[in-house]
Parts: sequence; C-alpha cells; structure tokens
Amino acid sequence: MQVFDLEAQGLRALNATLHALTGQTNETAWEIVNPRGSHAIAVGVDAPVDITVRGSTGYYCAGMNKQATIRVKGSAGPGVAENMMSGTVIIDGDASQYAGATGRGGLLVIKGNASSRCGISMKGIDIVVHGNIGHMSAFMAQSGSLVVLGNAGEALGDSLYEARLFVRGPVKSLGADCIEKEMRPEHLLLLADLLKRGEADHLAKPEEFRRYGSARKLYTFNIDNAAAY
Amino acid sequence: MCGIVGLFLKDPALEPKLGAMLTEMLITMTDRGPDSAGIAIYGHPADGRAKLTVQSPEPDKDFKGLADDLSAVTGAPVTGDIKDTHIVLHLPADRLEDARAAIATLRPSATVMSAGEGIEIYKEVGLPKDVAARFDLEKMSGTHGIGHTRMATESAVTTAGAHPFSTGPDQCLVHNGSLSNHNSVRRVLKRAGMTFRTENDTEVAAAFLTHKMQEGANLGEAMEATLTDLDGFFTFVVGTKDGFGVVRDPIACKPAVMAETGQYVAFGSEYRAMVNLPGIDTARVWEPEPATVYFWER
Repeated sequence: MQVFDLEAQGLRALNATLHALTGQTNETAWEIVNPRGSHAIAVGVDAPVDITVRGSTGYYCAGMNKQATIRVKGSAGPGVAENMMSGTVIIDGDASQYAGATGRGGLLVIKGNASSRCGISMKGIDIVVHGNIGHMSAFMAQSGSLVVLGNAGEALGDSLYEARLFVRGPVKSLGADCIEKEMRPEHLLLLADLLKRGEADHLAKPEEFRRYGSARKLYTFNIDNAAAY
Repeated sequence: MCGIVGLFLKDPALEPKLGAMLTEMLITMTDRGPDSAGIAIYGHPADGRAKLTVQSPEPDKDFKGLADDLSAVTGAPVTGDIKDTHIVLHLPADRLEDARAAIATLRPSATVMSAGEGIEIYKEVGLPKDVAARFDLEKMSGTHGIGHTRMATESAVTTAGAHPFSTGPDQCLVHNGSLSNHNSVRRVLKRAGMTFRTENDTEVAAAFLTHKMQEGANLGEAMEATLTDLDGFFTFVVGTKDGFGVVRDPIACKPAVMAETGQYVAFGSEYRAMVNLPGIDTARVWEPEPATVYFWER
C-alpha cells in the first residue's frame, strides 16, 4: 500500500506520481490521506490501480479516469468522474452537481445522493446512484445507463439521445422528449448486472424500477431534416 | 465566481473565536475571489445601543474628531474604534438615524457601511488575507458572520462594489452569481424610494429584500420573492440581527455546501472552506436544494 499525504506533498506531486503509473505496475494499491476538499484529486489516471481517498474531495475528482478503481471515503464536489473513459469510481457519500458528466465509459457509483445535472451529456458511462438525483439529470445523455434507487428531480432526461434511464422512485418531471418506456427482459438483465456492479443488489431489485428513454421526436431525430446538415 | 462563507454559532463558547474561524474560511476562498473581500460580523446587541460602521478612503482626515462631532450633532455620547479604513461608532440606538444623516454632511467622502444594533461590516479591495489582516478580523468575536471573496463581473473592483451590501438596519447580503435584470429592478426600487450607491447587481438584491421587508414581508417571504422577481444566477447568503438565511436560484449552478453540528451552522461555496471547523468530520454536511429558502435564527 502506497500512502500519499496530499496536505504534505501537494496536488501536482500526487497527480504526477499517479500519471507515472503505466502498464503493469507493482504499486497497485494507493491511499490518499488529508484530501480536505481539494480539487482535481486523482485526475487523468491511466493504470489498473486501486486508489482510496480518505475524506471528501472538491471539484473534478477522478476526472478522465482510465482503468483505475477510485474510492472516495467521503463526499465529492462538482464534476466527479467527469469525462471518465473506463474503470470504476465509487463515492461513499454524496456527489455534487454534474457527476459523471460527458463520461464515455466505466462505472460511477454514488452511495449517497447526487445533485443536479448528474450524467449530463453522458456518452457511454454507467452511473448507479443509491440515493436521489437532482434536476436536469441526464440532459442530452447520449449513451450508457443511469440507475437511480431513489427519486429524480425536475426535467429528467431532457433532450435525451440513446442513454437508458432507470429510476426506482418518483420522477418530479420528465424533460423534453423523455418518456417512460416498457421494461423488457433484456432491461431487467442489464439492471441486475448494473445493481450488482454498483454494490446495490442488496438494496433493490430490477423489477422495482421504471425505464425512461428518448421519444426520438426532437428535430435532430427527424429524417426529413437530414438535408439541413 | 466569488466565494461565500458563513457561520452561525449555537455554542456561545465559540463566540470569541468567530473572527478567527471566519477569517480562515475566507482566506481558503481566495481562489474564487481574489479581487476584494468583506465580512459582516454580528455581536450581541447592547440594550439601547447601536453601531454605525463608516468607511473612508482618507481615514486620517475623516475619522479625526468624528465621534466628537457626532456627539455635538446628536447631543449624546459617541465613541469610535478605528480599524484601518473603517471606524465603528457606538451611540444610543435612538440617535442612529440622526448620526447617519449627519455623516453625509460632516464627512462627505465617508460612506456608511452598516447601521444597526449588532452588525459591523468591513470590506476592501485586495486579497482576502490582506483585507483580513488590515481589519484584524481574526481577533473579532460575535454570534454570527458572513464573508465574501469577490471576482467581479457586473461592476468595477472598488470598495463600494465589494460585498457584503447592507441596505437596511442589521441587514446584509452577499452573492455568488450575476443578475440579468438588475437594471429594471433597480428602476422599480428607485421609484419606490430606495437609494443606491453603485451600479452593482448585488446591491439591487439587497435593496430588493429590504424593500420587501419594509412592505411587511418577513425575511423568509422576502427571500422567496427573489425566486420570482430576480433573474439570473445566484446563491445569496443574508444576515440579520438574529441569524442568517440561504437561497439559491432554481438552476443552482453556483455552488453551496452547508454543515451543521450542535455547535454551529456553517456555509461555504466549497467544502474545503469548512475543513478546519471543529467537529466537521462528524457534522451533517449537505448541499442546499435549489429554489429553497433556509434560515437559522436564535
């Protein structure tokens, strides 16, 4: 176990150290202590390592993550796992706005609540939120899955493309072009897998969720408009 | 950007440390607002007494003999404590308005920053750590306080444009965000008799609340009204004699974190502003909901 004291050693040293880990490294287990709400912790990691952050983080923790498993033993500030490519990010507490924004792959698990704009413009990431999500979540979400064990705020999935949204509790309102859709067997299988990987299979069953997706009625989906581009 | 910090103490044992705790929080928010900084600090009101905080770009000239001159005008004893470019004048509460009016003629270049029974406001241009040092904020005590670090967007970097803004007795407001309809709201408020010192959007928000309360609204109702009448981005933290309130616009882009323990309620634009508060590791920490008014009063 490699221990990095962020307060003593500084952010640049931390991220430079983590960036130096490439390919097969023997230093596979890392612990970051004294995060004290700092920004940009463990951003841009690209190695199959395990990183545990002992405390709460500020903006953009685990942004652009590739391959790594990053656990935050606290809450995360805005933009956690923004543009994640692969790997897993697990937040034990709450996440602030735009968690997992623009993420292209990997899995983001939030064990508390996520606030507004969770999964905005997601492009392939899977997000599992054990609690609730705030307004405008999955806005313009393109692909990937968003699973919410609690409730969703206003305007869920506004201007949605092809991302799949599964919410167990009430949805305050659906955004433009977002509709409830039939839950088919393949969706139940997908959900079962996501709940398991999201450390939530003991908390909820796939049958308890409702599925939401794009009605594909917005301008961009109309084949008659193809000539306009 | 801009940074906001706030502390409302429940435990009187922390009151001597209020200034020290707020100063540390304020300096942590330097990245969010390096242009200027300000703080409103509230103490226990003394029976029948009030305070005027006055700022001057020429403190040596303006503050010399000011307490005595105000004594002569109001016919009551007035004392003054000078803190850099600010002076806190202590006087009987029933002479407060006379004294405030007299300052405009006695010292035309001076500005009344705040008036009331508990409030003192200190604000200046410069890095938060330098502003805090000039006023010795660390040594101040009190029951609650609000601080602001400014990154200017809607008006110039001046002392008058720094936050907090106070437009009514013991009231103040700080703001992270920018209002887009402040000119039209200012025109309406001017017709209703409110006066303005700056072109700043935040001053309009402060005056809006004061006006609503003059019309009979309580603070909660006045804060609710910001959600319908003010257009733009805002997280507001509002101070009164007895407490403080928080409201965010419905879109809630501007960050806000709150923490509560048995000893205090704290506000920070970011969690890192609060990491040194006592018991923060076991505090209830949450993000205030959009379009929701929060208020703590003693």
